[in-house]
Amino acid sequence: MNKGVKTCLWAAWIVLAAVAAYGLGERAVAGKELANYGSYVPWGLWVSTYIYFIGLSAGAFLLSSMVYVFGVKSLARVGRLALFTAAVTLGMALFSIWMDLGHMWRAYEVLTRPNFHSMMAWMVWLYTGYFLLILAELWFELRCDLATRAAAGGALAPLYRLLSLGWTCPTDAAELQACHQQSLRVLRRLGALGIPLAIAFHGGVGALFATLSARPYWHSGLFPILFLTGALVSGGALLLCLVSLLGAGGSEREQKELRVFLARLVLVLLVFDVILEWAEVSIPLWYGVGSEVGLWKEILFGHYGYVFWVFHLGLGVVVPLALLLKGQASRFATGLAGLLVATTFLAVRLNIVIPPQTEPHLRGLAEAYSDARLRFEYVPSLFEWAVVAAVVAAGMAVFWLGLRLLPLLNGEGPEEDAAQTVSSEPVAVAASSESAGDAAEREGSAEPSDPDAPPAIQASPA
Amino acid sequence: MEQAGASLGKPRDTKGGRATRRELFARALAAAGGLSALALTREGLAKEPAILDRPDDWAPGNALERMRRDLERALAKPMEKRKWVMVIDLEKCIGCKACTVSCVAENNLPPGVVYRPVVEEERGEFPHVRKRFIPRPCMHCDNPPCTPVCPVGATWKRPDGIVAVDYDACIGCRYCLSACPYNARTADFGEFYTEGLAEGSEAFAGPRASGYETRPSFEYGKEWRRTPGSHASPMGNARKCQFCLHRIENHLLPACVTTCLGGATYFGDFNDPESLVHELVGSSRMMRLKEELGTEPSVFYLA
Repeated sequence: MNKGVKTCLWAAWIVLAAVAAYGLGERAVAGKELANYGSYVPWGLWVSTYIYFIGLSAGAFLLSSMVYVFGVKSLARVGRLALFTAAVTLGMALFSIWMDLGHMWRAYEVLTRPNFHSMMAWMVWLYTGYFLLILAELWFELRCDLATRAAAGGALAPLYRLLSLGWTCPTDAAELQACHQQSLRVLRRLGALGIPLAIAFHGGVGALFATLSARPYWHSGLFPILFLTGALVSGGALLLCLVSLLGAGGSEREQKELRVFLARLVLVLLVFDVILEWAEVSIPLWYGVGSEVGLWKEILFGHYGYVFWVFHLGLGVVVPLALLLKGQASRFATGLAGLLVATTFLAVRLNIVIPPQTEPHLRGLAEAYSDARLRFEYVPSLFEWAVVAAVVAAGMAVFWLGLRLLPLLNGEGPEEDAAQTVSSEPVAVAASSESAGDAAEREGSAEPSDPDAPPAIQASPA
Repeated sequence: MEQAGASLGKPRDTKGGRATRRELFARALAAAGGLSALALTREGLAKEPAILDRPDDWAPGNALERMRRDLERALAKPMEKRKWVMVIDLEKCIGCKACTVSCVAENNLPPGVVYRPVVEEERGEFPHVRKRFIPRPCMHCDNPPCTPVCPVGATWKRPDGIVAVDYDACIGCRYCLSACPYNARTADFGEFYTEGLAEGSEAFAGPRASGYETRPSFEYGKEWRRTPGSHASPMGNARKCQFCLHRIENHLLPACVTTCLGGATYFGDFNDPESLVHELVGSSRMMRLKEELGTEPSVFYLA
């Protein structure tokens, strides 16, 4: 990673952490008194960030499935990174929604006394299964590396022993190959199981809104599909950004191929998402009559129209489309496009969650009883943004730790990997014993002048 | 209020015989203490003569008295045999919001929580303008959209028709608030009216008011105490009108019914064909809010 970028990221993290301290402190002491949502707009920024992060997670996971289930070679190098990203963003989503609960310490009740008529209960159960599945996939993907690092000793050996759950890597070449084959089989099955799970839970997040007949804007059969597409776009864009920023191992040519593949994928998904969105916008607005016309006009031309036009359409669609069409070869262009799509997708989520709640179900209700919590208006407070900063800072910290401690960036395609590992086993052991951070550093900064990837990359087990 | 209401339009001397409608009307007018009473009696005569014509042992003209008796009959039955409903006569509602205030007082509602706001609706153009007031309690729908969404089953439809919330189980996700098509649920954000005020800094909102705010409420028959600094239920919960279940179980009509100045709110057991509400629901003026949604509200309006 470029040193300037690294400094910027550290500076951003320190600022976020400082703001986060304020947000979490207020949340602990004063509860939600400083939050701007209320009883008529009961869901605010935190619900929006929840569906935003959960979308990133589902998208990243579905892309990882392309590696493990469908064997898409072009994406082979990002399998581990995609899985880990899915896990971290899932954690961020759950952290975000946990902050939103009126009784945070009762969250476990969804597991102990679920009501399976509720889409929300389904979500929690599916997330639990999904999280366990990601952990299992990551373990099978990394177990050989972890065991090798544990065996190599050093200060972090106990940690690796713990993470590898005491599993030891066979030393015999034939056994090692059999072990890798087993990993591949398990990963393929887990990935296959994960696809319907990810579709169910993220389509389910859409259904969580869509099943509410009280809100015509949400009550649309297209919503679950829109959520899935959104997940793939935003998750794919995040991976594109990460791959452009960190590299993903391999030669510069291979990295470029990976970036171009991801860039094209994001481009296609983004176009498809825009088509779906066009359907969502144009149908209720076409004749200018109907219950949703006013709401859409408010979204497009109201006080907060800039959220749609500037953040979503401008920075989230037009600029990235231009970058992806013209600059697929450029690491900067793909990174920026990925960053823009991934971050500005929050605008899409905000426009899904907030506007429908600002319309009273009964005309005159807004004036019937005066109270700050009984308004059909909402703008997130600084406190709410500070809590989101805490979520982002925590996510960045975990991600950084993962990059430092786990061999996330030297993943190879599962198929070629199994064959190569056996022949280059000694190198793998040697390479694995070095600091993962160093390895990540080196891979990330692979330059064209360094045509051969580091041995660890070639030798790492799947 | 109940006593005041009970005296309205009640004939003092029937001399063992049945009073004619004209006599009843005259007595009612004489006994009326104010415009609201006049409205109640006149409307009763003009629109719902059945209420006043009943020759039974209940006091003619006294809807509250009749509702009390209806209540007693209903409470004598097993819970699953009752179906509590509310009828609100919009022609009688004068928009005084006494029901809103009495509900707040009865349930010690904090800032941001309201169970029964009164929506004002203005129709027509000058000089032909008319105002209508629509009190909006929880509709206690027979097909409630708010109960199936609760992830922990903390809200449900009781056999007697009341949609209840278990404050000790509610996780505060506010999914039910989003699901209600009447905006009839509110969230308790743990706020206090007197929060931030120095002790005694305001004559009317100092320690005395603070004492009022920490006084317990008795929703669902339990004692709920809100204390500043605590996050205990009902703080953090979804809250809603429960037809004053704690009052009903103690043989009292809901607070909004007994305090209604216009006598516009009726309450009782719909499963009892002799009840006043059963009679009123049969009115040609009957309507329900957002009938098209299929929620089957238990709150009926006489438009």
